[in-house]
Amino acid sequence: MLSRFGKYILLMIQVIRKPEKGSVYRKQLITEIQSLGIESLGIVAIISLFMGAVVAIQTSYNIDNPLIPASTIGFTVRQSVILEFAPTIISLILAGKVGSRIASEIGTMRVTEQIDALEIMGVNPANFLIFPKVTAAMIINPVLIILSMYFGLIGGWLVAVITDLYTVNDYVYGIRAWFDGYIILYALTKTVVFAFLITSISGFEGFIVKGGAVEVGAASTRAVVWSSIMIILFNLILTQLLLS
Amino acid sequence: MIQALNISKSFGDNQVLKDITVKFEKGKTNLIIGQSGSGKTVLMKCLVGLYEVDEGHVYFDERDFSAMSFKERKKIRQEIGMLFQGGALFDSLNVEENIMFPLTMFTNQSLEEKIERVNFCLEWVNLENANKLYPAELSGGMTKRVAIARAISLNPEYLFCDEPNSGLDPHTSGVIDDLISRITEEFQITTIVNTHDMNSVIKIGDTISFIYKGQLWWEGDKTQILDTDNKELNEFVFDTELTKRLKKSKIH
Ligand SMILES: Nc1ncnc2c1ncn2[C@@H]1O[C@H](COP(=O)(O)OP(=O)(O)OP(=O)(O)O)[C@@H](O)[C@H]1O
Ligand SMILES: [Mg+2]
Repeated sequence: MLSRFGKYILLMIQVIRKPEKGSVYRKQLITEIQSLGIESLGIVAIISLFMGAVVAIQTSYNIDNPLIPASTIGFTVRQSVILEFAPTIISLILAGKVGSRIASEIGTMRVTEQIDALEIMGVNPANFLIFPKVTAAMIINPVLIILSMYFGLIGGWLVAVITDLYTVNDYVYGIRAWFDGYIILYALTKTVVFAFLITSISGFEGFIVKGGAVEVGAASTRAVVWSSIMIILFNLILTQLLLS
Repeated sequence: MIQALNISKSFGDNQVLKDITVKFEKGKTNLIIGQSGSGKTVLMKCLVGLYEVDEGHVYFDERDFSAMSFKERKKIRQEIGMLFQGGALFDSLNVEENIMFPLTMFTNQSLEEKIERVNFCLEWVNLENANKLYPAELSGGMTKRVAIARAISLNPEYLFCDEPNSGLDPHTSGVIDDLISRITEEFQITTIVNTHDMNSVIKIGDTISFIYKGQLWWEGDKTQILDTDNKELNEFVFDTELTKRLKKSKIH
């Protein structure tokens, strides 16, 4: 495992370099932003909407003490969505969706000698294949996470509109109360780190594949497992660092 | 001209190449032959630097490739075209984009110039009008030909082909062989071909190096190979029923 970590670091040294050709890189970046970002919009929106709604309903059922104001529901939804649900849960979902795709795409290129072909041409394959994905995710994931926060809050609001658990006014008052902009910064910092972890780990798993179709499948599973574990671990570390 | 001097390569305890010294000449089709597992692919990958040699040196026209840094190698890499066993076309790109890829990465040509070059290369391999097809839509023989077109798009000095006719029928196989030897002569490049196909050997083998258990066992050309008395080479050459019968009929 330690040697794997060493290999990962060595590969990242190859990845994080100036791309061979700016115009080619920019084109790749746009394609990647499209496939990593735009295609994940739907799932992010749906999950966030439901997440916000569930947190709101749970909170309202758990507050039966009349001394606690109903605005607590809005406050709770806001804090939990912004602090954890949007950055961490959505990143975990993206690790599954994006991680497996990256690992199998690059793994297939490895076993069909396409990576060797790049190397023979004098292209640095690690940089050429992985760097655009890493940078694209670091750009587009924060956008996805902000959207997720927004949809999460909408979810709680819809509950107020549809049911009579609490009023829209209480909810809106709650999500605006005691707001500290720093939590957004905290969430986005996490998101960027998670984006790097997902894409670089999956790229690594694909890049080092040896063998054939079976190994590509195994690599894509490993990519998802390892990026998820690392997200959880770094979530703990970053929370300690940023909020204490 | 490419020269390997005393190169050795091991994977763990398995010594695959043992002290090989060999020279591949310019303007000729140089064949590396040997049984499956004898180390042909490893030798080729050592020559182009996909594997690092444990010992020895590889020279590309007097330039010591093995001693170079990644940056220095890059220049030589752009003089190399390589045809991989499975073609190794980029499957997210169509034929035209595949052939154009080295041009886009390493030249500042305009799109028109690049397309002109693509069409020139496609004409060479007899695949006019295949520009917009994707690799998944090509037959095995077409894939090989597109891969050759991509390998020559940057006007290489050196062409490497790893088993160019594996998996092809005898006719298509012959077409690919012809193509490789015509390109070699026309552009006066140094071509190295890995093969265990005897048809190719006696047809295009300007020089032949026989690798046996990781060692260079025999060197010669296509006329000498049929009359050699080297035991292991004879066993390799006259391995099939057809060639055995031919040999008998020749003796009688
Ligand atoms: N990456 C590697 N790691 C470990 N061993 C390897 C590796 N590549 C090749 N070998 C070993 O080197 C030996 C020679 O393999 P090589 O692929 O060069 O054979 P070959 O002559 O090209 O055979 P074929 O005609 O079947 O392609 C084999 O015993 C193989 O197991
Ligand atoms: Mg081989």
